[in-house]
This record gives sequence, C-alpha cells and structure tokens, in this order.
Amino acid sequence: MADMNSQQLLSTVMPASANRQILLSLENIRKEFGSRRVLDDVSLDIHEGEVTVVLGPSGCGKSTLLRCLNGLEPIQGGNLRLRGEPMPGSTGDWRAIRQQIGMVFQSVELFPHLNVIENLLLGPVQVQRRKKAEVLVEARAWLQRVGLADRELSYPRELSGGQKQRVAIVRALCLNPVAMLFDEVTAALDPEMVREVLDVILELAHEGMTLVIVTHEMGFARAVADRVVFMDEGRIVEISPPSIFFEQPATARAQRFLDKFLYLPRHAEQKL
Amino acid sequence: MVDNSLELLLKNLPLLLDGLISTLTIALASVILGLLLGCVVGIAHLSRSSAVRTAAKIYLEAFRIIPVIVWLFVAFFAIPIAFNLTISGETAAILILSLWGGAEMSDLVRGALTSIPVAQFEAGRALGLSEIQLYRQIIIPQAIRRLLPGAVNLITRMIKTTSLVVLVGVVDVVKRAQQIIERTHEALPLYAFLFVLFFILCYPLSLLSRWLERKWPT
Repeated sequence: MADMNSQQLLSTVMPASANRQILLSLENIRKEFGSRRVLDDVSLDIHEGEVTVVLGPSGCGKSTLLRCLNGLEPIQGGNLRLRGEPMPGSTGDWRAIRQQIGMVFQSVELFPHLNVIENLLLGPVQVQRRKKAEVLVEARAWLQRVGLADRELSYPRELSGGQKQRVAIVRALCLNPVAMLFDEVTAALDPEMVREVLDVILELAHEGMTLVIVTHEMGFARAVADRVVFMDEGRIVEISPPSIFFEQPATARAQRFLDKFLYLPRHAEQKL
Repeated sequence: MVDNSLELLLKNLPLLLDGLISTLTIALASVILGLLLGCVVGIAHLSRSSAVRTAAKIYLEAFRIIPVIVWLFVAFFAIPIAFNLTISGETAAILILSLWGGAEMSDLVRGALTSIPVAQFEAGRALGLSEIQLYRQIIIPQAIRRLLPGAVNLITRMIKTTSLVVLVGVVDVVKRAQQIIERTHEALPLYAFLFVLFFILCYPLSLLSRWLERKWPT
C-alpha cells in the first residue's frame, strides 16, 4: 500500500522541471551498512538548476543519500548517473566527479593548518592544475560576495562557526561545480550564525545552481526548495512542491514528521 | 676550590670528550633509526591486515613492558651466548635504544594519525584530491604538528637513557666520569659536569617541544 503510494508520487514530476535536463539521476539505489539497509531502492532525478531539499527524521538515510552522490559511501546496488553518464563504482576513481559535485559538511571541515585563501586554492590548483593567479581572482571575488574579503589570511581557528562554514561553501564553489550538496550545514552552528550561512545558499539557489540540501531548518527548506523529497526508513516516501508538502502533505508519515516541528500547546485529546 | 675543579675537568677533558662522542654517537644513531622505525611501525598499527597490526602491537608492548636495561642484557649477554655471536656493547646499545625508541615513536605516530578526524579525510576527498595529495597536503602536515612535541620529548628521553649503556661495557661520558672519580676521588666537579652536560643537551629540546606546542595548538 505504502509502496504503491510512493510509486505514484515518484511518477508525478514537477511541471517546472519538465523541460530541464536531468543532471543527476539515482536509479534503484541500495546501500547497506553490514546487514542494515540504509537506502532501499531509492530513485530520483535531479534536474539542472533545481533545488531539491531532502527532509526526514534522523537516521532516515538522507545524509547517506548525499554521500553516495559523490562516492564517499559506496553503494551496494543501483546506478548513479551524471548527465546520463554512469558514475564510477565502489572501487572506481571519483576524482573527476567530485570536482563537479561540491559538498559541504555539517562538521565544518576547513583544513586547520591552512589559512582561508590556501583552503580555497588547494582544490583548483592541486586538483584542477589551474593557474594560481587566475584562481586567486575568483576566490577573492567569492570571499567578497560572502562578506569575508578581509579574512583571506585568517586561520580557521580565528573564524566564527558561521564564517568557517561560508568559507567551506566558497571552497567547494572554487572548483566551479555543476551541483552542490549541503549536508545539514547549519546543524552544528550557534543559532545566531545560521542565517548568514543560509543566505549564501539561498543566493546560489536564486542564481540557478543545482542544489541538493539536507536540512532541519523548515523555514529555510520552504523558502529555498523547488521540491521536497521526504524520506523515512531508507525510502523516499513523498516528493512534493514545498507549498503542498508544508500545507497538506500527501502521506500520513510526512504529516507526523511535520507535526513534530510545530510547537503547539497540546490539547488533552489531541494526539500527535 | 673552583679553580682546582676547573683544572681537574680541563686536564681530563680529552677523556670526557671521548666519552661524550661515544654517548652522542649512540644517541644520534638510535634517534635517527628509532624515529624512522617508529614511523613505519606507526603506520603498521593502522594497517588493514590484522596480522600486521598484531605484530606491531606485540612489538610495542614488549618494549613498553620490559625495561630497556633487560633488553640491553638480552642483546649483549643472552643473544651472543645463544647464537654464538660477538656483539659489541655499542652495537647492542644502538640496537636496543633504536628498537625501544621505535616502539615509543610508533605509538606517537599512531596517535597523531588517528587523532585527525575522519571528516578531514572526507573533506579532502570531496575536493577531488587523490590519496597521495590528500596525505601530502592535508593529513601528514597535521599529523606532524601533533607528533612533534611528543617526538622531541622522546628524543630527550632517548639521550638520557644512553647512560644505561655503561652496564654493557660501553665507555660513555658517564663511565669516563666514574673512571676519573675513582682515580682522583674528586666526585663533585665531575657530577656537576654531567649535570650541566645533560642539561645543555636536553633543555633546548625541552624548550623546543614547549614552543611547538604553543605554536601549533590543536
């Protein structure tokens, strides 16, 4: 019953993305940690310029899904494609793919022994063998845009959490990726620093970058998403536009999930 | 009295220097061999093969649990008898101090490598770095920073431990001082000399270790 339901929902493609090219596609992805199945037959097409927000309770497999998309987690079944080309297998070489799919993590991982500009140049200069002077111009422009032009010689330990996370985003962008993956990038930040990071992501979305975002910030999800992918227990349960997902989700499971985020005084007879 | 003491030391300086050269040769050789060995074994501690990991662990524990002096006796007395070999005191000293230093160093290397968060590896890979680039640019520079204060401290311990070689017949600077004391019955100036000598050898290293810890906060 639940399966049929999600199959139907999967087939309802967003009208806005109908005429766009498919950038990333996941076909029947299966991922196991030992005997535990973390992703169970997950299929999803991500169109160029589309902002996909993945929501779901902790442990539903949403972060694992992102990590599979750039080969940090090997998959046990299914196919991943970038512009229709199959991605490498578990033992393959992911370096070329990783330059095209940027990723930012929850645990802000700047390299602590390098200053801001060295963190930014490492990928383009070492991996892409681009000229340092040329990358420097781009990197400085990015820093300017995220409001950190004066911090290029700072070391990560001298920056606030929000500043570090903005640098981490710029570091991924300096490789000129075609898509960006954001894995709960504000979850480890102090609340007052969340906004400055989300604003950067929102700006990327407005510029038409393809984004896949895992987040617990519901207000942000609603503002940024072209569509919401709701997962539970390793499966995609529902795919809806945000206006529908947050008002009248199609599945009871999504409704229960959303109810937990609404802080309402509980009536005696009201069951959440 | 001070004049007499200085005169005594100056007169015996060639002997003391001869002992010092022996001490420094053993210390330098053991430090170089020990640190290199420690790096190799440190990586072996993290090997995918459980046999390699177990071998590294047994080696580390053997040198940690059994006192260095016992190992020195094993190398100098037991092995030559058992295998009908001749091993000089110097060779035995360098062999055992290197092995002991290597064991201690391997634990420092293991600690430094495992203290680097997994997320640093992932962040490097996510940028498209190859494994070689990842280790060269990200992991090893950070590991060295975490390793150096402990390694410098280990070097001072190794230099001090060379004084044990007296017990396997090596004439090092401590032995030379003893010989002079026996001959002249002037103990104080010679002990003062040893005190100052080891202080001069080890204190700069101790300062270096502290300075490195401050310079590279983890």
